[in-house]
Amino acid sequence: MSSHYEAPIRKPLIIGDKSYHDVTVDVARPVEGRANNQWWTVFSIALAAFLWGIGCIIYTVSTGIGVWGLNKTVGWAWDITNFVWWVGIGHAGTLISAVLLLFRQRWRMAINRSAEAMTIFSVIQAGLFPIIHMGRPWLAYWVVPIPNQFGSLWVNFNSPLLWDVFAISTYLSVSLVFWYTGLLPDFAMIRDRAVTPFTKKVYTILSFGWSGRAKDWQRFEEVSLVLAGLATPLVLSVHTIVSFDFATSVIPGWHTTIFPPYFVAGAVFSGFAMVNTLLIIMRKVCSLEAYITVQHIELMNIVIMITGSIVGVAYITELFVAWYSGVEFEQYAFLNRATGPYWWAYLSMMSCNVLSPQTMWFKKLRTSIMFSFILSIIVNIGMWFERFVIIVTSLHRDYLPSSWTMFQPTFVDIGIFIGTIGFFFVLFLLYARTFPVIAQAEIKTILKSSGENYKRARELEANNHIDKH
Amino acid sequence: MSSNKKYWKSVEELNENSSIVETLRNNEFVEEIPTNEFLGDEAALSSSTTRRDFLKYVGFSTAAATLAACEGPVHKSIPYVVQPEQIIPGVADYYATTMFDGYDFANLLVKTREGRPIKIENNKIEGAKFAANARVHASVLSLYDSLRLKAPQIDGKSATWNEVDSKIKKSLAEANGKQIVLLTNTLASPSTEKLIAEFTAKNPNCKHVIYDAISESPTLDAFETVYGERALVDYDFSKSNTIVSIGADFLGDWQGGSYDTSYVKGRIPQNGMMSKHFQFEANMTLSGASADKRVAMTVANQKQSLIKIYNLITGSSADTSLIKEYDAVVTNAANQLKAAGSKGVLVSGIQDKNAQLLVLAINQKLASEAFSTSGTRQVRKGSNEKVAQLIADMNAGNVHTLIMSGVNPVYTLANSVAFIAGLKKTKLSVSCSTKEDETASLTTIAAAMPHYLESWNDHSLTKGSYALTQPTIRPLFNTKQFQEVLMSLNGIPGNYYDYLKTNATTNLSGTTWNKAVHDGVIVTEISASISSESADFSGAANILAQSKSVSGHELVLYTKTGLGDGQQANNPWLQELPDPITRVSWDNYATISIADAEKLKLENRIVANGGLNGSYVTVTVGKNILTLPVIVQPGQANGTIGLALGYGRKENIQKEMQVGINAYAVYNDFNNVQAAIIEKANGEHEFACVQSQKTLMGRGDIVKETTLSTFKNAKDSKEWNTVPMVSLDHKEVEATKVDLWESFDRSVGHHFNLSIDLNACTGCGACVIACHSENNVPVVGKSEVRRSRDMHWLRIDRYYSSEATFAEDDKKKEEFDGLWGKNGSLGGFGELENPANNPQVVFQPIMCQHCNHAPCESVCPVAATSHSRQGQNNMAYNRCVGTRYCANNCPYKVRRFNWFLYNNNDEFNYNMNDDLGRMVLNPDVNVRSRGVMEKCSMCIQMTQKTILDAKRDGREVNVDEFQTACSNACSTNALVFGDINAKDNAIVALTKDKRAYHLLESVGTKPNVVYQVKVRNI
Repeated sequence: MSSHYEAPIRKPLIIGDKSYHDVTVDVARPVEGRANNQWWTVFSIALAAFLWGIGCIIYTVSTGIGVWGLNKTVGWAWDITNFVWWVGIGHAGTLISAVLLLFRQRWRMAINRSAEAMTIFSVIQAGLFPIIHMGRPWLAYWVVPIPNQFGSLWVNFNSPLLWDVFAISTYLSVSLVFWYTGLLPDFAMIRDRAVTPFTKKVYTILSFGWSGRAKDWQRFEEVSLVLAGLATPLVLSVHTIVSFDFATSVIPGWHTTIFPPYFVAGAVFSGFAMVNTLLIIMRKVCSLEAYITVQHIELMNIVIMITGSIVGVAYITELFVAWYSGVEFEQYAFLNRATGPYWWAYLSMMSCNVLSPQTMWFKKLRTSIMFSFILSIIVNIGMWFERFVIIVTSLHRDYLPSSWTMFQPTFVDIGIFIGTIGFFFVLFLLYARTFPVIAQAEIKTILKSSGENYKRARELEANNHIDKH
Repeated sequence: MSSNKKYWKSVEELNENSSIVETLRNNEFVEEIPTNEFLGDEAALSSSTTRRDFLKYVGFSTAAATLAACEGPVHKSIPYVVQPEQIIPGVADYYATTMFDGYDFANLLVKTREGRPIKIENNKIEGAKFAANARVHASVLSLYDSLRLKAPQIDGKSATWNEVDSKIKKSLAEANGKQIVLLTNTLASPSTEKLIAEFTAKNPNCKHVIYDAISESPTLDAFETVYGERALVDYDFSKSNTIVSIGADFLGDWQGGSYDTSYVKGRIPQNGMMSKHFQFEANMTLSGASADKRVAMTVANQKQSLIKIYNLITGSSADTSLIKEYDAVVTNAANQLKAAGSKGVLVSGIQDKNAQLLVLAINQKLASEAFSTSGTRQVRKGSNEKVAQLIADMNAGNVHTLIMSGVNPVYTLANSVAFIAGLKKTKLSVSCSTKEDETASLTTIAAAMPHYLESWNDHSLTKGSYALTQPTIRPLFNTKQFQEVLMSLNGIPGNYYDYLKTNATTNLSGTTWNKAVHDGVIVTEISASISSESADFSGAANILAQSKSVSGHELVLYTKTGLGDGQQANNPWLQELPDPITRVSWDNYATISIADAEKLKLENRIVANGGLNGSYVTVTVGKNILTLPVIVQPGQANGTIGLALGYGRKENIQKEMQVGINAYAVYNDFNNVQAAIIEKANGEHEFACVQSQKTLMGRGDIVKETTLSTFKNAKDSKEWNTVPMVSLDHKEVEATKVDLWESFDRSVGHHFNLSIDLNACTGCGACVIACHSENNVPVVGKSEVRRSRDMHWLRIDRYYSSEATFAEDDKKKEEFDGLWGKNGSLGGFGELENPANNPQVVFQPIMCQHCNHAPCESVCPVAATSHSRQGQNNMAYNRCVGTRYCANNCPYKVRRFNWFLYNNNDEFNYNMNDDLGRMVLNPDVNVRSRGVMEKCSMCIQMTQKTILDAKRDGREVNVDEFQTACSNACSTNALVFGDINAKDNAIVALTKDKRAYHLLESVGTKPNVVYQVKVRNI
C-alpha cells in the first residue's frame, strides 16, 4: 500500500497529516498573530505576582532578612527550598534536549524548545534566591573569585556554596547557548516570513544571519552535538553539587551520601512534571496538539513514574540507613521527620512523590490529559515539600534539644515565592508569544511526508467524480 | 651643553631667501583671525556682564559648589584640652567600688574607658566576698538610662537644689512637734547612719524607718530575739557536707544571696567527697535545681517538715502533722543532718519568726560550722511593724515631713493605696530617687539622686568589713546624693566626700584612706562577739505547728534572677535575660504544677513559629484579682503557684519594658505566701521563651552525669565518662581519636581552652550579662526573642529529666524496641519530650565551642569565619555576606544572625538607639551591622590585650592572666579559661581531668571548650 516503510510498533510523532508548510504556519502562528484575551489575562496575573515579589524582595533587602520567618535554629527555609525546587525543575529541559538528543530520542523534538526555555527561566528564579537570602546581598560578588584589593582575601574553595556558584552559572550559560543555537534556524524562518520591517529587523538580528546553507546546517548539527555532550554531565553535576550543600554538612538529615543521585532523580522528576504542566496548556492554547501528542505526554509520564519510584526508593533508603547507622541523632531526625511537628510536610512529600506517580502504571491514566495535568502539579507540590522537609525538619530539631524550635513563613517568604512563579510565567508567556515554541526545523526532519495525503485526496476526488456520474 | 639640533619646518627653509619663509616668520597667525566676526556682533558686546563680573561669577559658583560638596557627617568628638595624666585613650582604668541598693550588694571593680564606666567586674581582692550577680553586672547600663531623673523637681517642675533645700528646711522648721520621718532602704553605711543620727538629733521629732521592699523581717526578728542583734547570719556553706534547705533559695536571692561561692566549694567532688544537699520547696528555684534531693512541697508542709527535723535533731517532741508522703524523706534528711553534726547546716526561707527560731535552734544544736553569728550580714534591717506604723501615722495626719531615699513604696507596698492616701496628708514629701518612679512622681519633691557609679559612700555589708563606694564618672545629671541632702539640712558644709573621708578614719582600722579606696574593701576586726540568749524554741515549734494551711492554692512570691525586686525594670539587658529555670524573658507569670494545670485545663503549647503560648488564670488574693499567664512548671509543688515580684512597673519605664504584673499588690503583710484562688481565664498569652524543648530526650551524651558512688568506685573513668565509639578500618575506636585531617602543630604559642564545670554552675546568669556587656550584644525585644531570635552569645541551657532522673531517661531510650508498641520509639520519644512532675534539673552554659575542626569554617563561601592559631574560631564581620550556612551547620547552634539593624534603629529602641545608652558600649568590640553573623569570640579583645600587655612589658603572660568576660564573672569558678600551652595553668589539669569531656564528641569537631561531668550525690 504505502510507498515507504512504516515502523510496525512506533506511532507517528506528528499526527494530522502535516505538510512542511503546515508546520511552519503552526509554529509561526503564535508569533505572528495577536495575543488573545486569555493570554493577556494570564500575563497580567503573572505580572502582578512578579511585581508583588519584587516588592517583597525590596522590602527584604532594605529592612533585613528578619522579615522572613527564619530564626537562630532554622537559618534556611523557604529561600533555599525554593532555590533547590527551581533548580530541580530546570533539569528536565537539559535532560530532554541533551541526553535525549544523544540517545536519539526523536520525540524530544516537539518539546525540547519549551523544556529548555523552562530550564533557563527556572534557573533564573533559582539564581535569585542565593543572592537575596544573603544578609548583605550587595556584597554577593564576594562569592566570585575575582582578583580584588581586599588584601589576600579569596573565596573559600571548601564551601559547597561556592561550588554552587560555579555549578549554577555554568549551567545557566551552557543551557542558554544550547537553547539559542537551536533557535537560530527557527528565528531565520520567522525572519523570512516577517512582513513588517521592524519584525524583520529584530529577527534578522536574533537569527545571527542564518542563511540555511548546507554549511550552516552542518555547523549547527556539530555545535548541537558538542553542546549536548557538554550539557549532559551538567544534568548530573548541577544537582549533585546542590545536594552537597546538605550532604557535606554535619546536620543529621543532611549528612547523607545518598543525596547526589537522589537529588538528580528528584530534579528530573520535578522537571518533567513541570514540562507536562506547561505543555499541556501550551498545546491547547497554541493549537499544537498535532505535535505535542498524547504519546509525548505518556512518555513523559513514564519518566515521571520511574524517577518518582527512584525518589521513593531513596526516601526509604534514608530511613533504612538512619536505622542501620545506629546513630541516635540520625535516627531521631528521621523519626521526627515522619512523626514530628512537621509530619504533614512529610506526608505530603510521600504521597505526592511516591504514591501518586504510581498511578501511571495504568495506561488509561497516563494517557489522560487532564489526569496528567493534575498529577504534574501534585508532583511539583510534592517536590517542593521534599526540599522543605529536608531543610526545615532537619534543622528545627538537631543535636541539642535546647535549640529546637519551629519555623513559620511570613507574608514576605510567601510573597517572594509567588513572585518567582509570576516572574517565571511572565518570561514563559513572553517567550510563547515571541519565540518559535517548537523546534520546527528539527521537527521537519521527522515529518513523514510521503505523499500519502495527496494520494488520498486524489482518491477522494475520484470517488466524488464517480458519484457525480 | 646646548643642543645644536635644528628642527626643520618645511623644505622651503632650505632656500635661504624664500619669501614664503619670510612671510611666515613675520606673520604669527597664518590664517586671518576673524575678529570682526565676533566683535562685529553689537548685541553680544552690549552685554552688561563684564569680563571681571564673569570671573567673579565663575569663582563664586565654583567656591559654592565646592563648599556644598564639602559638608560631611559631623562627629562630635571633643578632645581633651588638658590631657589628664591618668587617662590614656584606649587603655581601660579599673576602680574598686561597692554596690548596695538596698537589695543587691557586691564588691566590684568597674572598668572605665575614657572616663566612661562600661563594665562591672568582681573585686577579687582578699576580703571582697560578694560577687556580682546578673543584676549587678547589668547595673552599669542603668547608669545610662535615659529615663533617669535628671534634675530635682518640685511639684513636677524642674527646680534648683537651693529651692529644694530651702523648701525642706522650711518644712522642717514648720513641723512643730509633728513627725518628721526618714524612710530609707537598709543602708548598711556607717557614715550615712551617722548623718541620720545627726539629723535625728537636730530634729528630735524625727523617726528613721527602714523599709526593705522584700522583707526579711521575721528572720531579723528571730535573730534579734536570740542574739540581740538585728542582722542576718552569713552562712559559709563550704564548711558543710550536709545542707538542708527548707524553702530557702540560697543560690538565688534568699537573704541577699551570694552564697553560691561557698556552696560550690563543697560541691566539686574532691577525694570522693562532696556535700549533700536536700531542698524542700514549693517553687522550682536555682537551689532546688542544684539539689541532690529535691522535694516539692507546699509551704504549710515545709513548716511541718521543719518541726519534724527540729524534733529529730534536738530531741524535742513538738506536734507535727506532717503528711505520710514526706515522712520518710524528711526523716532521712534529718538523720543525715544529725549525723553530719557540726558539718551540717539547715536554712529556711519560711517567712515566719517561729520557723526562723527553729532554724537557729537546729543550727545551734548542730553547732554548725557554716552557721556563724559573728560577722553577720547587715544588708537587711527593715521592720514590718515600723512600716505599718508609719502608714498608720501618715493616714492619721501625724507625719509632717516625709523624706524617702532608695525606696519606692507606692510600687512595692501591697497597701500602696493607704500609703498614697497618707502621702496626701503629709505636708511635705521628698523622694530621693534616681528615677521619677511611682513614688517620686507623687511626692512634692523628687530629689534626683546619682547612680552608685557616680557616688561616694561607705558600706559595712557584714560585720568586720568596711567597703567604700567611689564614683567612676562625674554625675551625668544635676543630681545630689541623699547624704548631701542630709548634710545641707544638717547645716554641714562641704561635700559628702569630705564628710565620708573624715568619718571613715574611725572605720579604717589602721589602713590608709587611699589604700581603702584603692582596694574597695578592708577587713576590720569584729568588735564584740554576740552571745546567745535563751529563747523559747519549743514554744515557737508549738505555735508553728498550729499554723494552718491556706485554703485554695498557696501563692508563693519569689524574685526572678532578672529583675529581683524590680529596681532595674528599665534595664533591657535584664529584661532580655532568660529566667534560668523557665527560660522565659520579658515577663512574670504564674508557675503551676503539671498536675494542677491538668486539673484546671491550663496549657503551654508551642505554636507554629516556635513561640510559647500559655493560658491565662485569674488569681484572687483577698480582694485583689490578678490576671496572669501560666507557665506549667515541672517541680512546682501541687497546690502552690509561684509568681515573681518586681514586674509590672509603669512609671517612667520605657513602653517596651512595661511588662508583667505587679505582684507586690498581693504581697500582703510582707508575707511571701498568700492564700489564692485560681481560675482559668480566657485567652492565651504570648511568651518570649528561648527554649521550647524542656527535656534532654535521653541524650545523656550532651550532659554527662554520674553519681558520687559510681564516680568514687569506678575503676576506669570511662565507665561513667563514656567516650563514643566509631568504626575505623572495621575496628571500634574512640571517636575522639579519629581525625579526618592532619593536625596543625598546636604546641607553639597560646592555645586557649575554656572549662565548664557542670557541678559548679548554678545557672545564676551573671556570665550571660557579663558577656552582653563586654561584647556589645544587642537587645532584640520581646517579639524577636519569642521568634527564637535572641542574640545571646552565651546561653545557659536548662534541661529537665523526663523520668525521675536523667539516668532513667537514658535507660528508657536504650530500651526502645521497634517503632510501635509499649517500648516503641514512636511513643517513647513523645513521652521523653515531657518533663517529669519533679524532675532532675541540669544547667549547661553553651557558647561557641571554638572547634578545632569547625563545621562552620568549611562551609563559608567567603571564608569570613576561620580558625586562629590560638584556638579561637574567628569571625570577620566585615567579610560576612550572611548566607547563614555556618549557623545551620553548627551542631551547637551558637551562632547568632543580625536579622535587622539592631543599633540606631527605632524599631529596636533599646540602649543602642540613644546617645546615652551607647555610652556603655565597649569600644574594643565593634557593633555589628545587619546581615552579618556573630558569635562568641572567646573574648579575643581581652586575650589580645593580655598578650600585648605582656609584650610591652617584655615578659611572659602570667599564669591565669588570660580571662574571658564569662570566666571573670563566674563567682563559682564553673568557667575557667586559660592557655593549655602554659603548663602551670589550671586549665591544663582541667582539660585532662577524668571528668573532662567535649560536647558531641561523636561529631568530631574537637572543641576548645571542655565540660566537666556532673556528679550528683545520690
